[in-house]
Amino acid sequence: MRYIEPHGHMVSRVTDDYEAMVLAGCRAVCEPAFWAGYDRSGPEGFYDYFCQLTDYEPKRAAKFGLPHFTWLCINPKESEDTKLAEEVIALIPQFLDRPSVLGIGEIGLNKNTRNELKILEQHIDLAARHDQLILVHTPHLEDKHKGTRLILDALKADARIQPGRVIIDHVEEHTIQMVLDAGFWAGITLYPESKTTPARAIDMYEVYGGQRVWLNSACDWGRSDPLAVPKTAIEMRRRGHADETIDQLVFQNPIRFLGQNPRFTVR
Amino acid sequence: MTRQQLLDLYFMDARSKLIDIAAFLDRMDRGEGEPDFRLDAFRKALAELHRGEPERAKSVLMSLSDLTVEPIAKAPGKGAVGAWKMTNEK
Ligand SMILES: [Zn+2]
Repeated sequence: MRYIEPHGHMVSRVTDDYEAMVLAGCRAVCEPAFWAGYDRSGPEGFYDYFCQLTDYEPKRAAKFGLPHFTWLCINPKESEDTKLAEEVIALIPQFLDRPSVLGIGEIGLNKNTRNELKILEQHIDLAARHDQLILVHTPHLEDKHKGTRLILDALKADARIQPGRVIIDHVEEHTIQMVLDAGFWAGITLYPESKTTPARAIDMYEVYGGQRVWLNSACDWGRSDPLAVPKTAIEMRRRGHADETIDQLVFQNPIRFLGQNPRFTVR
Repeated sequence: MTRQQLLDLYFMDARSKLIDIAAFLDRMDRGEGEPDFRLDAFRKALAELHRGEPERAKSVLMSLSDLTVEPIAKAPGKGAVGAWKMTNEK
């Protein structure tokens, strides 16, 4: 088996996870910028984090022969403070030339507030001005449906944004249709409690099709499983899917999306 | 896959989750004090299982969702609890 982990917060995982992922067939890992579990005290904290994502973490992954890529932004959980968010957004362009940066992400909404939306629009503008791919985080649980609608509206309102260059992550049964109908890519996140189980992820793949879909573990410091993608591939086999179909979903699809950035050369 | 094959794959798992839900409701009955909006939301969502169409997962998720459309003025906190409580805050 071979697969790509397109969404993993490796800074909060132990080195053994890298080894286990490579043993399971992982050929590349991509790490969006996210919330640390606490609010950073100022823009300097983000500067250091972006250095960690673009410099230290690729070296840690390289020890296992695993290519490591990243996405940069201030996450929606911290964008309620618009002054801080604007300072952080101003820091990002100087990092965009670094060789492992794939785009702007994971941007989006958390509690669907006006301030979060304002900062989302600024991120969309940043991505458009620098011709970057976009990775979007959709809100949790009861806030997901409303947030996904607001996010799609904000993206559609900017004529420079091409839906095929944007992935809307953490879709579930009530949001996947509107994402795919609008021409965007959809990410299905496999979590032990919230988001989806392997069985539900495969249901969505079977019902809605897998042309513009990827699977990810979004493993971080919470309850999550860095091997969720290969475990779902095993579940797909139990469901009677052919090896080629599985390879399409867990390996070739992420390459089709991420390969729109020439820096992503994994094949 | 045939229904027979799907049962072979998933029946025991679904059975176990069904009993967990039953035990959870029993546990709620034995608990003391007033429950909050989450229990009402849970019971309302349970009713979605009786729908005939194969969109039960979507219906349950929608039933637990905030269906308002306007962004709110201020975040009440960072977290989500899994069920929506109607408030007057705008
Ligand atoms: Zn994430």
